[in-house]
Amino acid sequence: MMRVGPSASLVSARSVTRILTETVPVTLVEDVTLEIGRGEFVAITGPSGSGKSSLLYLLGLLDAPTSGEVLFEDRATSILTEEERAEIRLSGIGFVFQFHFLLPEFTIHENVQIPMRRLARWSRAEARERAAHLLDRLGLGDHLHKRPDQISGGQRQRVAVARALANDPPLILADEPTGSLDSVSSDQVFQILSDIVATGEKSIIAVTHDLDMAARMHRGIHLVDGRIVRDEAQTAPD
Amino acid sequence: MNLLLEIAFTHILGRGRQTIVSIAGVTLGVGFAIAMAALMQGSQEDFVGKLIDAMPHVQITDERRQLQAQPADEQFDAVAWYGLRPRDDVRGILNPVATIAALEGWVPGIISAGLNVQGVARYGGTERGVSIIGIDPADEVRVSTIAEDMTWGSLQDLNATSFSAIIGERLAERLSVAPGDSIQLIAAGGVTRRLKVVGLFRTGIVGTDETRIYTRLRTAQILAGRFNAINDIRIRLKDPDAAAAVARRAEAMFGYKSVSWQEANESLLEAFEIRNIIMYTVVAAILLVAGFGVFNIVSIITHEKARDIAILKSLGFRKGDIQLIFVTEGALMGGFGGVCGMALGYGLTRMLGSVTFEMRQMSEVSTLPVTYDLLHYAVAVSLALFTAGIAGYLPARKAAKGNPIDIIRGAS
Repeated sequence: MMRVGPSASLVSARSVTRILTETVPVTLVEDVTLEIGRGEFVAITGPSGSGKSSLLYLLGLLDAPTSGEVLFEDRATSILTEEERAEIRLSGIGFVFQFHFLLPEFTIHENVQIPMRRLARWSRAEARERAAHLLDRLGLGDHLHKRPDQISGGQRQRVAVARALANDPPLILADEPTGSLDSVSSDQVFQILSDIVATGEKSIIAVTHDLDMAARMHRGIHLVDGRIVRDEAQTAPD
Repeated sequence: MNLLLEIAFTHILGRGRQTIVSIAGVTLGVGFAIAMAALMQGSQEDFVGKLIDAMPHVQITDERRQLQAQPADEQFDAVAWYGLRPRDDVRGILNPVATIAALEGWVPGIISAGLNVQGVARYGGTERGVSIIGIDPADEVRVSTIAEDMTWGSLQDLNATSFSAIIGERLAERLSVAPGDSIQLIAAGGVTRRLKVVGLFRTGIVGTDETRIYTRLRTAQILAGRFNAINDIRIRLKDPDAAAAVARRAEAMFGYKSVSWQEANESLLEAFEIRNIIMYTVVAAILLVAGFGVFNIVSIITHEKARDIAILKSLGFRKGDIQLIFVTEGALMGGFGGVCGMALGYGLTRMLGSVTFEMRQMSEVSTLPVTYDLLHYAVAVSLALFTAGIAGYLPARKAAKGNPIDIIRGAS
């Protein structure tokens, strides 16, 4: 599955430490080194407060490490400006959070178009077409003109996945993507994520506390107190 | 439509009522600012216009700004004088005919020569100090509005008899003189003549109405004891704004004190300047207050939309994009309020301009003087846009600064 060559690594962390300096310094992530290649399906698990989400935000360039280096497509990111990191997030990383974070005033069709319109790689007509196609693939083709509050929670989360896929990024980061869903919806969303990985072009890193789900992914990283205690390949049951 | 603009629109439309209130604030600010400026400038223009109409644009008298130098002063570097008794100079403008001919060569306007004599008017035991102005009635009509101020008789009546006078209404009251009576005039030089009152005038300026007497130039010259003399050249220009330049040139040519209407009313014009400064300060304050309304609503939106901001940033929107959204919201409200304000301002100005009232002492009906100046509209709208833009920028900067993960963490 992993390709050999200079671009085999999609995102990697080298001795990354993140310390939150407020009243009392809190170490969120400590000395983490890992490498995620293309086409990987990685679960990050660990108890509450173990730094799972913090690590995800660091890998997603939403946050910057206190020390160490995060490389995206072999490019060191610590020297980049906030604007340059935003540019990488726009075209290279798709996020799915526990809360859907859709813009409430826009239809789901428009919500999916927003990253595309900001990137402007596609024309307006192409973006419309592409967004409709993505939503259709995720089973939402009949709801294009509904607003987020007019559909169910599971449907909203699928819209969020469609939005994460909008700019065709090589990396999808999911933070408890099924955390607020019932089991049927969870399975649907998980299946969609699996299908995305199955195309072999995208990597997904998902933070989850659902150990069943984590076990069905291809690689499991377990964190305790901000440190990696286990990082191993898993054989998916299917 | 541009994506950022579209987001900005949905934000302000989502808070319809507050948006309308803050737009209304800007509208009222701009509208009243325009109406106030229209009234202020209108009254100023009206007043200055009346001033320009009522007085000569340039007045050349036989005075000099500096005392004439003694011949010895010109001969030697240092001269000391003791017990000097100046010679009684013959007053009046030298070579009046040549002077007027020279002026007529280049002055773009009408020139009227007169003679100003100080004296005392006496009638039935009452005496008043008066200023006697000898004029040519035909010329006077063209350089001043005195003909319009006549309340009895006409300027031409001066030509009917040689010793006739037109006097101010107030002076007539003080002396208890009625048209047809003869008053005694004693000029400063001692010459005394009886003049028949053939007309009355009222300019509305008390000082003038109480002391001024118009008579024919020839009569004034007899009272002054100086035939062919003039000491007062009044010029009415086609373009009143050229007065200062004409006065400067005339003074340089003849050395006589030449006063433009601007110089004569310097303190008044200064007062108008101060009034304008006050007006613009008040206008700026009004618009600043309107700006607070915009600031308020944009602040509320940034708080309300903290999640949206966080997600947009995580999706890869830059800080500048976020700022632009909220500055646009402020500017949209400022711009829309400004356009409505222009309409309101125009309407208010029209309304004020149609308010009629009767002056206490005049029979004619007047309206409030207003002016329509595009500059007022431009200034008011740009100030509104500017304050609204700033009002949007301040919360926008704060909103864009926030770290998205703080909000994402808090929500999940």
